[in-house]
Amino acid sequence: MSIVIENVEKTFIDSKKNEVTALKSINFTIHEEEFVVLVGPSGCGKSTLLNIVGGLLSPTSGSVYFDGIKENPTLGIVFQEIALFPWRTVFENVVYGLQERGASKKQQQEIGNHYIDMVGLTDFKDAYPKQLSGGMKQRAGIARALAVEPDLLLMDEPFSALDAQTRTLMQEELLTIWNRTRLSTLYVTHNIEEAVYLADRVIVLSRHPGQIKQIINIDLPKTGRNDEKYREQSSKYADEIWQLIRHDAEAALKE
Amino acid sequence: MEKQKQVITNRVAFLDKKVPFYTSFLGIAGILILWEIVSRIGIVSPLFLPAPSNIVITGWEMLVSGEIYGNLTASLYRIVLGYAIGAAFGILIGLILGFFRVADAIGTPIVYSIYPIPKIALLPLFILWLGIGELSKVTIIALGVFFPVVINTFSGVKSVDPMLVKAAVTFGSNRINVIRKVILPGALPMIFAGLKLAAGTSLLLLVSAEMIAAQEGIGSMVLHYGNLMITSKLMVGVLILSLLGLIFNRALRWLENKLIPWKE
Repeated sequence: MSIVIENVEKTFIDSKKNEVTALKSINFTIHEEEFVVLVGPSGCGKSTLLNIVGGLLSPTSGSVYFDGIKENPTLGIVFQEIALFPWRTVFENVVYGLQERGASKKQQQEIGNHYIDMVGLTDFKDAYPKQLSGGMKQRAGIARALAVEPDLLLMDEPFSALDAQTRTLMQEELLTIWNRTRLSTLYVTHNIEEAVYLADRVIVLSRHPGQIKQIINIDLPKTGRNDEKYREQSSKYADEIWQLIRHDAEAALKE
Repeated sequence: MEKQKQVITNRVAFLDKKVPFYTSFLGIAGILILWEIVSRIGIVSPLFLPAPSNIVITGWEMLVSGEIYGNLTASLYRIVLGYAIGAAFGILIGLILGFFRVADAIGTPIVYSIYPIPKIALLPLFILWLGIGELSKVTIIALGVFFPVVINTFSGVKSVDPMLVKAAVTFGSNRINVIRKVILPGALPMIFAGLKLAAGTSLLLLVSAEMIAAQEGIGSMVLHYGNLMITSKLMVGVLILSLLGLIFNRALRWLENKLIPWKE
């Protein structure tokens, strides 16, 4: 099974009635058990692209499809805004997708508890979102997306609202979880170090219009990239990506 | 050289100054005592302002004689029925206006053009249409409750975070479940704000309607004793009304805490 993004384009009409091309001829494929990271400066349309793949926005032309799958594919999205239902406890949030698919109470209990345990929220399963810290909320958001056992996991800058220390810990946890589930994943971030740390492949987008500038394979083992011996290689990748983005990021700053 | 030491003290300590809990009762108790004294020593005639103790005693007598019971049940029947009907329709119509674009376009201008009419001005019209009986009074209360509830429900629906709708759809919800599981609970805090607002309105309309056109009820009782210049009995009526308002408010707040335990 793979997910194909084929010739996707997106144009908007802005407030001055001008046509703006947000995305132009986007082509790539996410393979089974692959972790793909979209990285680019602000305004490059990376979130737009993720929304199109997630079925929350229509492309102007082109299409996104799952190849080699019989039934309707299941998606799990982890939102930047987290978007937990405030009136549901952690457990009720995590099993939301299972409920909507008509899973039995017993299944909900089993699967829900499994993923709540995986993200380390067992002690908080009956808490409401308002009682959780930012990091804990996003863990619940991740558990909710994992609980539907999706064919494709989408993550839209999930850690951008967290402080730097929490973010580092969450990145490590995410990798641990990913190694257990090995879900095909599309992850959007503007953080280059995060991209190099997590990705099998990094897709670098440019802006005006949002286009694929380069695709970089990260040839590092999936675990232990923080080790001393990989540090030099990691920073080489990061620098390579930064050189690709730098000009666009500077331009974005001037707008 | 002599050592100099300047200690920094918290200069905004007054911001977190605590007052003991009984302070809030002091003001009320003070006024009651002052009132009692003023009446007892005869500065103001009891005809204009009877002493609090006198009001309580009169109230007890009226309770024992059954006078309060008859009037109170008549009033409660009107307000409970009118409020329930108005609130139910308000929530229902508010949800429809908020969720369906066509209903919004057609219905919202109608709601906003009727909303500013002082509802009590319509009572003569309702008496003409529905007769002088209970129906006209219940209708006017229902109408007064309907508007704050419908407008609050409508804006409650509009204020639901679209991200939550996106999340629900992503995890497999259809339109009906989006309304049931996202829009309705998301609008609930605003709906309750409307219900609380309507509680005051309903009490006001109850009393006004009873003063204009009723034989029984706390409102007509107050007017009746005013005309007879029996001020202590009049004040008992006022006391009952304020207790009614207080209980109404507390009950709604209790219900809100039950239904919305997740609120910030």
